Formats: sequence, C-alpha cells, structure tokens
Amino acid sequence: MRAVPYLLSLPALLLFAGVVVIPLAMTVVLTFHDWGQYKGIEPVFILKNWQEVFGDPYYAEMFGRTFRIALIVTVLTALLGAPEAYILNRMKSPWRGLFLLVILGPLLISVVARTLGWALLFGGNSGLVNKALMSVGLISAPIPFMFTETGMVVALVHVLMPYMVLAVWAALQRLDPQVENAAVALGAGPLTVLCRIVLPQAMPGILSGAVIVFALAASAFATPAIIGGRRLKVASTLAYDEFLNTLNWPLGAVVAVLLLLALVLIVVGANRLVERRYAQVFG
Amino acid sequence: MAFLALDTLTKHFGSHVAVDRLTLKVEKGEFVSLLGPSGCGKTTTLQMIAGFVEPTSGGIRLEGRDLLAVKPAKRGLGIVFQSYALFPHMTVAENVSFGLEMQGVAAAERAKRVGETLDLVGLGAFAGRFPRQLSGGQQQRVALARALVIRPQILLLDEPLSNLDAKLREEMQIELRQIQRTVGTTTILVTHDQGEAMALSDRIVVMNHGRAEQIGPPHETYERPATPFVASFLGKTNLVSGATVRPERISFAAAGLAGTVRTRIFQGNHWLYQVDTADGLVTVIRQNTGEAMPGEGAAVRLAWRALPPQSSGEVSASSRTEGS
Ligand SMILES: Nc1ncnc2c1ncn2[C@@H]1O[C@H](COP(=O)(O)OP(=O)(O)O)[C@@H](O)[C@H]1O
Ligand SMILES: [Mg+2]
Repeated sequence: MRAVPYLLSLPALLLFAGVVVIPLAMTVVLTFHDWGQYKGIEPVFILKNWQEVFGDPYYAEMFGRTFRIALIVTVLTALLGAPEAYILNRMKSPWRGLFLLVILGPLLISVVARTLGWALLFGGNSGLVNKALMSVGLISAPIPFMFTETGMVVALVHVLMPYMVLAVWAALQRLDPQVENAAVALGAGPLTVLCRIVLPQAMPGILSGAVIVFALAASAFATPAIIGGRRLKVASTLAYDEFLNTLNWPLGAVVAVLLLLALVLIVVGANRLVERRYAQVFG
Repeated sequence: MAFLALDTLTKHFGSHVAVDRLTLKVEKGEFVSLLGPSGCGKTTTLQMIAGFVEPTSGGIRLEGRDLLAVKPAKRGLGIVFQSYALFPHMTVAENVSFGLEMQGVAAAERAKRVGETLDLVGLGAFAGRFPRQLSGGQQQRVALARALVIRPQILLLDEPLSNLDAKLREEMQIELRQIQRTVGTTTILVTHDQGEAMALSDRIVVMNHGRAEQIGPPHETYERPATPFVASFLGKTNLVSGATVRPERISFAAAGLAGTVRTRIFQGNHWLYQVDTADGLVTVIRQNTGEAMPGEGAAVRLAWRALPPQSSGEVSASSRTEGS
C-alpha cells in the first residue's frame, strides 16, 4: 500500500529519467571519450578533454566572459527592474494592467525575433541606436554593439527584464500598505520609507529574480549567438560550435557539463544564502 | 478651548458619504471611543485625523492649530493600525526605535526609551525577536509601544484588540486602560465592540452611517440612549408596554405583567430568561445570587424600570448629548 504513491509517480519518473537523466549521463560519459579529425569519436576512457579545457586559457576566458556578462546583466535588470516593479505596483487600476502587458508582452515574442530586432537597431556604426545616442549628444563616436559584450548585455537585459519585474512585483504585492503609512506617521519622509521600509521587504523578490536572471543569462544561447556570432563566443555558443561545426562532441560535452555544474552550484548556493538570511524574518 | 476639535468633518467616496458632518471635542488626557457597526466610518475618521485620508469638508484643530495644514509625517500622532502594520524586517527593538530615529534622538537616549517603553508593555525580554516570531497579543503590544515611544500628542487606536481571542482581549483591555492612565496620552479608540468601548472610555461617540448619533459618557449613553439605534447597539433591549427596557432592569415581582418562562439558561454569574407575555417574548437577565429562581414553565410577573423615551431615528444636533 505504501508503494502506491511511488507507483503513481512512476510515469513521471520514467519521463524524467528518459529526457533528463539519461541524456545527461550520456553527455558526462561522452566527456571521457576520445576524438580525432579523421577517426571521429572513440569510446575510450581518457581525461584529455578535461585537461584541454582546464589547461587552455582560451576556455577560462570563455567562462569568465559568460559569467561576467551574466553578472552585469543581473545587476542591471535589478537596478532597472526593481524601480519598474515599484512604479507598476503604485499605478492605478487601468494603467497598471496596460503597463503590465507592455512589460510582459515581450515574453510572448520569440527571443530570436527580439534579438534580431536589436541586431537591426545596432547594425554597425550607422545603426539606429548609435545615431540616436549621437544626435542627443550622449556619445561623440559610435559605440560598437555588434559582436561586443556591450551589445550582448543590452540585448540580454531587455530579454530577461520581465523575469525580474515579475519577481519583484510579486514581493511588493505582499506588502501591507499600512506599513508604509505607519512609517510616515512616525515621521519618515518618502525617501526613508522607500529605502528603509519598502526596499528591505522587496529584497527577497529582487534576490530570487536575480537568481533566475543570472541562470538564464549564463545559459542563454539565441541572444549571444545572434549578437556575438562566431566572433565573440560564450560557453553555450562554444559548446554548440564544438558539437555542430568542429564536430568535436567530447570537447563540447565538457563545456556543456562544466556550464551546468557551475550554474547549479551558483544557483543553489545563492538560494541557500537567501533562505538562511530571510527564514527568520519572512519564512 | 478643546485639545482636539473635529468640526463638521465630512468625507465622501464618490457618491457614498463615509463620514457625515462629525463634530467632536476631545479634552487633553481624555479617552474617547468611536463606536459603531462595520462600515459606519470609524476608520475613515481616524485616518483623517492621522492625515492619510483627506476630508471632503470640515476642519480638524489640535490645540487651536489647523491640523489639516500639517503633513502626516509632521503631525506627531501615535497610531496603532488594525493589522498592527509592524515592520516585518526589523526586530521588536528596531520597530520601536524607528520613530525616535526619525526625530533625531541620540542613540543612547533612544536605547533607554525603547527599553522603558518595552517594559511598560511587558515585552522587555522580546527586544531581539522579529514580529513573526511573536503571538498576536505580543505584536499588538509592539504596535502600542511603537506608537507610545514617540510621546505622541494623541494616540489613535484602530480596533487594536479585534484580532485577539476573547480572553486575551479582556486582559489587554485592562492593560490598555492602565497604560493610558500611566502615560496620560489623549486617546481615540475605534471599535465595534460596545463592551470594549464602555470598559475603556471616558466618553463614547456612537456612530451610524457616518453620523454621530450620540456622544456621552458610557454609563449615561447606556442609561439614556438618544435613539433606538444607540439603545440597541449598546445592549439588549425589550419593547414592553411601549417602553424600551434593558433585560437586567426587569425583575420577577408579586405584581406586574403576567408571563410564562419559556427558556432559562444558566450563564454562571447570571441567568438568562425568555418569558412569554401578552407583549411578546421578553428577555430577562437576573444576577445569580444563589437564591432559587423560577424554572421553565413557571408563571411569573414582571416589573421594570424603562429607559427614558428616545427620539425616533434622525437626531438634530441640539438633541445630542455632548457630555463632560
Ligand atoms: N478608499 C475608499 N474608497 C471608497 N470607499 C471607501 C474607502 N474607504 C472606506 N470606504 C467606505 O466608507 C465607509 C466607511 O468605511 P470605514 O471608515 O472603513 O468603516 P469602519 O471603519 O467603521 O468599518 C464604508 O462603506 C467603506 O466601504
Ligand atoms: Mg475599520
């Protein structure tokens, strides 16, 4: 009788094993196989691929760039998304719905389409964005966007912004408006209320939004592929290249497994930190 | 000159009149309750005094100054919200300290006053806890301490005890009254519980549909209700022989209205009777003095002292009792 719950969840477990665990295990096994230009993949057990990735500074640079971009994107979405969510939360009924649609609408459009839009706007030195920035007088010479980290960051911030806004908005919705009134009644000005009452309570939302955005930014594929192409690679586009262009599957597998491991470590670690910090206060 | 004066204070929400020409004078140190059913405009009145709701018309004066010209953050009032509205991310001590920080009180003085106030409400041992680690009654005390520590000119309490269970509520009533006596702060309490209002207040403002139906000391309001609404809201009433009579003012006598006991309920310190009479069902409350009382089915005769006659419904301003 006690086995019933397990039996009932068996189909789901089988599916999980079939589409996640088995391919993942095969990928890990693949990382230990040998590969040569002419002989293809040889099912042996060697550490050559791991040694190459850890030994060649090219790969360190690649992972460094991946996580640098993810970190900058995370900070920027937090800086822009948290105020955005706060303003959204303070809006009155008809406007709030409208602007929520404006902010979340992009989620309905394919990432590829949105990034191609940015590519068009960036489009070389005479791109629209540069022309606009120059005509406003913000910059004197065009900024290179295509095939640069700057361009990737701008496009990723745009693509991932809705996740941050949603996470912060959910946290703000749980706030009791009377708590702000209580602070005002005790003599707090608007800025004090924002910094000392609203922000600390929104912090769990900002942090969980940051974890999501970081994970998505570090593993993003379409946006870096379109903005960076084959000239400026990140971990995910590198793995793709090894698999489909160089055909060195074992090496691509090492990159993919490393990216996955690093992400899992960072996300789980950040989550633990957040939970430990806030368990006492918000639970 | 009154300490706090509300002058024909009115608030409309669209076409709905939440508070209707409320005039009230509160003396320094006085404990006044706004009593009325849910939706009668009590919270709106309190929020107008606090400054979170702007009146449609009318005025509020504190020691002669126009309070409406003062920003909510500068009014210096202590407010206990119905939901307590504690800062969830701050400890008890930080919550209580916040208002003093805003006033720019030095850290040493702040710590001393926070400690004193927490002791006053009996929470000295809980300074380091977060609000969600406290029971409802303890959270209520933190809210009270946070409001009192800034030494407010007026303490505004919005249904502060309604989230507590009955036993704790009674304890807190006594404690609240003692604390208010100790610090002597002018207090306005909002409540829908007539027992609470009568137990705590120097005067009661009985509100209905945004209007003050009667203003007066609890005993007087109970004994001489100005309207049928006030009479029935403050306690049980019977209508016998055209007069309004409170159940505890009816006694079993040798002569009087004849009736038969339909039900008798024992409630510890008193007996609750329902008596069939020619005037309909009459509720009677008799103190439990230990003597034998008539049982169910017994034939009894009822004698009583009626409440003075009330004006029907609408009261003109002149007929309201404006006590003390
Ligand atoms: N912000 C508001 N907008 C519209 N109507 C309101 C608002 N606040 C209160 N009301 C209405 O005003 C009336 C009085 O409300 P309130 O003062 O909260 O009553 P009480 O505290 O006595 O229960 C109620 O009918 C309520 O629906
Ligand atoms: Mg209310």
